[in-house]
Amino acid sequence: MTDKINTMYIALSITKNIHDWLFSVMPEGAASIVEMVLIALVYLAVFAVAGLYLVLLERKVAAWFQLRIGPNRVGFWGLLQTMADALKLVSKELTGTVKADKFLYNLAPYFVIVSSLMALAVFPFTKEFQAFDINIGIFFLIAISSIGVIGILLGGWASNNKFALIGAMRSGVQTISYELSVGLSLLTMILITGSLQLSEIVEVQKSGWLIVQGHIPAIIAFMIYMIAGTAETNRAPFDMVEAESELGAGFHTEYSGMKFAYFFLAEFINMFIIAAIATTIFFGAWLSPFGITESIPWLGVFWFLGKTLVLVFLMMWFRWTFPRLRIDQLLTLEWKYLLPINLINIVIMAIIVWLKLTIQF
Amino acid sequence: MSYFSDIYKGIKTLLTGMSVTGKYFLHSRKGTITQQYPDNRETLKMFDRFRGEVVMPHDEKNEHRCTGCQKCEIACPNGSIEIIWDRKVNPETGKKKKEIDQHIYHLGLCTMCGLCIEACPTDAIVWAQNYENSVYDRAALTKVLNQPGSKLMPGVED
Repeated sequence: MTDKINTMYIALSITKNIHDWLFSVMPEGAASIVEMVLIALVYLAVFAVAGLYLVLLERKVAAWFQLRIGPNRVGFWGLLQTMADALKLVSKELTGTVKADKFLYNLAPYFVIVSSLMALAVFPFTKEFQAFDINIGIFFLIAISSIGVIGILLGGWASNNKFALIGAMRSGVQTISYELSVGLSLLTMILITGSLQLSEIVEVQKSGWLIVQGHIPAIIAFMIYMIAGTAETNRAPFDMVEAESELGAGFHTEYSGMKFAYFFLAEFINMFIIAAIATTIFFGAWLSPFGITESIPWLGVFWFLGKTLVLVFLMMWFRWTFPRLRIDQLLTLEWKYLLPINLINIVIMAIIVWLKLTIQF
Repeated sequence: MSYFSDIYKGIKTLLTGMSVTGKYFLHSRKGTITQQYPDNRETLKMFDRFRGEVVMPHDEKNEHRCTGCQKCEIACPNGSIEIIWDRKVNPETGKKKKEIDQHIYHLGLCTMCGLCIEACPTDAIVWAQNYENSVYDRAALTKVLNQPGSKLMPGVED
């Protein structure tokens, strides 16, 4: 165990050494910019690969739900399948329609992928391992997660294709509706923490994960969050945006090659983000259950990723079980069920916090 | 108050669905139904209802059950079956009787609809479960179903 702790110190000291070295060879302003770029590149590389492996996981899980084998040809157990897919997509021609609005058409994929990558910066993967700890963390996440829909609207509008436009408009309707539920269900939990900063929220959870602290209203909030979060990511059963049987491929019908890959990757990174927010708010982020590995803080990364993957699996389970909703059913679910329940739930939570009925260890 | 019972029913049915797929997920290791085809072509056996091609089974005495009634030829919507037949004197009874010379089956024309097999009164033709029917020369797709020198099985009447 001491070895592990030592290696951790070495890892930490590497980042510290780079930090010190950068500041010694460059003026302060330039050094901090270079540092930010370095961190951004590391995040970009790690999450591009992570996104690809989420795609593989989705395909494997889908196969297991349908009693199939799934990708198993490229690399051991199909591990290199999505890498090969990405390489193929990079090498493909970028086609487009003649009457497309070229500027917006080319901008849209970057809008989607950048907005989903931006959200990753604020997650506390473990103690001190957080790229950007701002005091409005949750607010930032909610804001960023709804910016992605602008990219989808741009893509659908600029492709000048009826299917793409219908898909994009559905996406707009869906995101505007379900954004409310995501925000309100997170607000319910903010009532306990009293802070929007993610590191503070983790601190609060050291005396019990919020889903335990807030008991019944927290569980209701979690259920609402998972439903609304699945809708946010435009995944089945809320995938009217790209309903294959109705709209071809929805908003990205006209995209090909790497631009399509950006949309595809963004969907999976968004799924990771929704699960990661739920992990941070409801399941104690990197905190281990009952504090069993509290003395080794770097293990928090595994706890965080483990909890996130369990929630990602839950979303995949939804996808391969439930049939797609119709647009009116979708809006009925949000405006007649989730929103009123959410509003009542927030009042109940406020009363519970006021009367100090939360469960704390 | 159907509002709350709707919520309850909704959650209950969703959980029922998830338990069904969850069971499949847990049994996926043993119950995989995927056939990894080119790898297992030695052991792969098609299920009984698979429609590979039409064949005419013969017994060990080289006898088939086809009386040459031509019902299959009439039933076939796209002329995949042609029967060349003749009337011959049966040496035992001394009566003239229809007898097939060649039962010609064009696999290249066949849509595997199965109407000929349904029409056959003596069960002379059946589905075979073979696959890999592609050939380099389309003449090879025209097959004669009765084997050379074969006879009608005694006692088969339509």
